[in-house]
Amino acid sequence: MAAGPPRDAPRSRGHTVSLRALGAAGIAAAALSLAACGGDGERRETVTVFAAASLTDAFGELAAAFEARNPGVTVRVSFAGSAALRTQVLEGAPADVFASASPDEVEALDAAGLVVEAQGLATNTLVVAVAEETGQEVGAFEDLAEPGLRLVLAAAEVPAGRYARNSLALADADGVYGPGFAARVLANVRSNEANVRATLAKVELGEADAAIVYASDLAGDAPDGVRAVAIPERFQVAAEYRIALLSEGETARAFVAFVTSPEGEAVLARHGFSPVGVTP
Amino acid sequence: MTALRARAPYAGVGLLIAVFAVFFLLPFAGLLERGLGDSGAWEAITSDTALDALVLSLWTSGISLVIAVVAGTPVAYWLTHARFPGKGAVEALIDLPIVLPPTIAGVALLTAFGRKGLLGGPLDDWFGLTLGFSTVAVIMAQLFVGAPFYVRAARAGFASVDAQYERVAHTLGASGLRAFARIVLPLSWPSLAAGGALCWARALGELGATLIFAGNLQGETQTMPLAILSAFESADGLTTAVALAILLLAVALVALAAFWLLSTRGRGTA
Repeated sequence: MAAGPPRDAPRSRGHTVSLRALGAAGIAAAALSLAACGGDGERRETVTVFAAASLTDAFGELAAAFEARNPGVTVRVSFAGSAALRTQVLEGAPADVFASASPDEVEALDAAGLVVEAQGLATNTLVVAVAEETGQEVGAFEDLAEPGLRLVLAAAEVPAGRYARNSLALADADGVYGPGFAARVLANVRSNEANVRATLAKVELGEADAAIVYASDLAGDAPDGVRAVAIPERFQVAAEYRIALLSEGETARAFVAFVTSPEGEAVLARHGFSPVGVTP
Repeated sequence: MTALRARAPYAGVGLLIAVFAVFFLLPFAGLLERGLGDSGAWEAITSDTALDALVLSLWTSGISLVIAVVAGTPVAYWLTHARFPGKGAVEALIDLPIVLPPTIAGVALLTAFGRKGLLGGPLDDWFGLTLGFSTVAVIMAQLFVGAPFYVRAARAGFASVDAQYERVAHTLGASGLRAFARIVLPLSWPSLAAGGALCWARALGELGATLIFAGNLQGETQTMPLAILSAFESADGLTTAVALAILLLAVALVALAAFWLLSTRGRGTA
């Protein structure tokens, strides 16, 4: 350790040199990173997008497509539960675009004066994801109330969890599955996951028998070993996705325009989302 | 001039230390500033969710520590004294969970003890026994990430005891166990206590592996770190999350102080 008192002059000078070298290296590194950020000459821009976990595949594709047609532009996408993303933005995370699985999160940001403009992005429906290799027979929505079923939901704080509970409440109020349907289903909940993808993963891994996820989560390249069981239309809750522009940057604006263009909608549709205005 | 030159490095080191200290202290100051300035903090701390999570955290991390000590002490002692080929590999293997990202530790536990896991599959098929989503899974996750810290410290502690003392004890007629209890244990006590504290602290803070392997359900698997993460995602998120974090910090501080007292007192009587 260099903390001891110097015994002789040469040693102390050695320390001076090494500390100076260290400082110089630090300054050089800082200058380099600044230069990399400033980057003149070719256009070099980064758009930071915060997107709901359920948009993982669709926005991964959209980001790549946007980068392909805008050389020099990098799209960084951070996927998480909409609620966590909202809190991060409220705490000052530098996001240019926020795509949320529900209007609530966008409204919270709007109330804080952080939204430049917002619009509908897509809609989504709910579906029951069932592990194929499981002792439990889940053939219909009402089977979620079977005692002993290992069910996982997204936490009530994130949109997917909110929608799932709303759907259960609708069925409960209808009464067709008997009294206390929602309570019986919720008694089977083994875990409240942080986002819808983590919820689905528990079924994929076979840890849970069933989960309520978005239809889009099982569209396209549906994971192996998981099948979808439909939720009756009258108990469906339409998930409303919104996209908000959080900065004035031209590139960020262009990204939002691209995502909401017919081309962007086609990508979203391929991943199981419906266009805005079409209530499924 | 030469005096100034000689002193310059120390000013530099002093500045470095100050920056380092601020870097570590500021986040705690931020938590306190947020938490204490918020009227909802007390409500959050005394909520059912918080109390359930705290109780679960304390007893699961306590059990994890006990298992780590009971099973880890012989392992550490054996590793200190045994000579066999491949010993280095065994030691590295025991240290492996320390460098493993906790989420990967969770996935690893699933592949072993999950319903489709190496051991978990047969357990489920033959006995209908599943570990995932249970409090047992919480303890397993904590043990997996925490115990290596204890074993590592205990090994260092045992290695620091002069083997001569033990040999003398033996020649004086003390049995192996008696020599261990009277000679080795008191001499290596500070290391054992420090290792235990590390193991327990790591178990208390466990998040990633628990989330993946045990899930998140209040009263069953939702320990304090999971409750804090869940709170972070709720509408008034930060207030609750910060309040719970302060509560966890306070509890951890008290416990670590106890560990410290334990280790110094043990040394005093040795």
